[in-house]
Amino acid sequence: MAVVKTLEHFGCSVDFPQAQTCCGQPQFNNGYPQEARPLAERMIRVFKNSAYIVTPSGSCAAMIRDHYPELFKDDPAKHQEALDFAARCYEFVEFLTRVLKVDVSKLTLPDPQRFTYHYTCHLRGLGTTGEPCISLLKQLKGASFIPLEKAEQCCGFGGTFAVKYPDISGAIVRDKVQCGQKTGADVMIVNDGGCAMNIGGACHRQHGDFAVKHIAEVLASAIDAGESR
Amino acid sequence: MTAKAAGSSPGSLRHSLPVFNPDFMREAALTSADEALHTALDNSVTKKDYGRRATLAELPDSDALRTLAGDIKRHTLDNLDYYLAQLEANVQKHGGHVHYALGRDDANQLVIDIARQTNSKLIVKSKSMVSEESELNHALEKAGLEPLETDLGEFILQVDNDHPSHIVMPVIHRNAKDIGRVFERYFKVPYTDDPQSLAEMARVYLRQRFNQADMGISGVNFAIADTGSIVLCTNEGNGRMCTSRPRVHVAIMGMEKIIPEMRDLPIFLKLLARSASGQALTQYTNIITGPRRADEHDGPDEFHLIIMDNGRSRILAGDYRDTLRCIRCGACLNACPIYRKVGGHTYGSVYPGPIGALITPLFNGLAEHKHLPHASSLCGACYEACPVKINIPEMLIHMKKDQIDQGIAGFGEKLIFRLWTTGLRYGWTYRLGQFAQRVGMRLLPHKDGWITRLPGPAKGWTAIRDFPQPPKNNFRTLWNQRRVDRGTPEGKR
Repeated sequence: MAVVKTLEHFGCSVDFPQAQTCCGQPQFNNGYPQEARPLAERMIRVFKNSAYIVTPSGSCAAMIRDHYPELFKDDPAKHQEALDFAARCYEFVEFLTRVLKVDVSKLTLPDPQRFTYHYTCHLRGLGTTGEPCISLLKQLKGASFIPLEKAEQCCGFGGTFAVKYPDISGAIVRDKVQCGQKTGADVMIVNDGGCAMNIGGACHRQHGDFAVKHIAEVLASAIDAGESR
Repeated sequence: MTAKAAGSSPGSLRHSLPVFNPDFMREAALTSADEALHTALDNSVTKKDYGRRATLAELPDSDALRTLAGDIKRHTLDNLDYYLAQLEANVQKHGGHVHYALGRDDANQLVIDIARQTNSKLIVKSKSMVSEESELNHALEKAGLEPLETDLGEFILQVDNDHPSHIVMPVIHRNAKDIGRVFERYFKVPYTDDPQSLAEMARVYLRQRFNQADMGISGVNFAIADTGSIVLCTNEGNGRMCTSRPRVHVAIMGMEKIIPEMRDLPIFLKLLARSASGQALTQYTNIITGPRRADEHDGPDEFHLIIMDNGRSRILAGDYRDTLRCIRCGACLNACPIYRKVGGHTYGSVYPGPIGALITPLFNGLAEHKHLPHASSLCGACYEACPVKINIPEMLIHMKKDQIDQGIAGFGEKLIFRLWTTGLRYGWTYRLGQFAQRVGMRLLPHKDGWITRLPGPAKGWTAIRDFPQPPKNNFRTLWNQRRVDRGTPEGKR
């Protein structure tokens, strides 16, 4: 609900079409485009009437923007629909900073916290960097920022990769948790569900000291604090 | 002299690439637990990756340069027959000989033949990945010749009977102590692990061998069609020694190494060293055009260029032509989170890392190295690092599809994806799936909100990390509650 709260705070009206399921990224990435296609059609249909589609997990946005048009390259009508859909689809931070151009400098965290930031790999697909999110963090009152060593090194999630190759994935995510520990931060910001599950799960297993959060959770807590003040 | 094609034996009779390690999973389990290896790799490849970023950032627009380099390579590959003919004619014009090798054995035989014709025995070698591909040293030794690697890293590997684990830094999987022991045995000297002393030992020895050598073998970083020149980029100077001191110089290249014109070279030189090692240029850049002229003091009497196919024509004709753009800089290895944890040997053959995961199955058949396209998190760091913009992740995905189409993927996996997709296609199956998941997960062993053991195909997840228990109320439940509270029907805000 943190995403909803933040978007509404900045003046958006939010809808959640219940018929939505999954964007089909697992299917596509594993070489099953024919399975991904009906899922993509469903998403395009479900969100027909939305002005903007915002995803908290950026990898879904990357899937839609990078691969939906390609899925329908042989069907001009559907290809056009996919292009239209892709053009309306944003990752959460991207939407806040590029479309809404929000100013979060008036928001104050309930308690001061130290943050570090993991660069989630889908940002490459979206053609953006971690800077927009880091600058949001730096504007927040009560937040201090500590850079993460090897921030842009993948966390080792990679969808089915994490399950099929646990040894390799495990070595990569251990590295991420160690780098997180070194920062001494209270919270590592991870703006993707998959990466967050991975880093969070590894951090819990290794008794790490930091929490893994989405930037929306942090913003929503500051908004809550402001409302109750 | 006209160019001749050697050998009639098709390269397909055996694998195009030698296979050193056929068991990917076993090797990956060992290396991903090897923290000393991870530290060594971080100190070399991860550092080089940061070096790459820093030196590329010095250029006014490195992204545009990478696009341009990629376009030049694409153009060259699309017209490879034309440029090969042009290269051949221009090498011959300057007094060089051109030979074509279909398979890797053919390439080796050509070298052996040239050695016999020129009465060569001691052969000094500069680093060449194509010669690793053809296992040239083995072939030469078998023929009674004496090949000697002169790149320090390759020299260490040769005397210790090991293989390179990186395209550019072949010996990064070995540390100084290790190398100290190798040299102690080889040179019969007291043990030292001081890098300076070790390098000096090799240097003194190699100097003397350069002077005795009959033939020098080099690779080719770029072959320039319009001048008939080959370009060698090295840091140790051994490449220059190999190609100028002996009587005979044999250069071996994969047939994709061509660039059309001399004026294209600066574009690639700007990118190659930056991408490989974060240097603006390598210490030595040699542009070699033919053998020594009558009025020149230095250089070999004969220059031979061997152009090897070894499966490249087949790749050129298929969906993966872009892989042939590769200039073997190693940037994708340095950027890759997987390579940083498993090292080069795990990939099983000559070419490791993201580009290896892609081309090794292309060379040897998709069934042979079936793990390679899957053992990737598709993070995209390789594509971002590639100086000629090879979209490796996209092609890995394509390769998985080819595996499925060719019946290489397991039946169980296909079934899982079919079921999964059906679950996601309809509202009711999706809700059913979510319900089953929530109920099922409550039954699993858990500790303070985290599941510690997942069953069946998901057990890999909890082998190394916990899995979050689904919250009591998921987003849909909370959203519906709010909708009811506010009295808004679905679809209205």
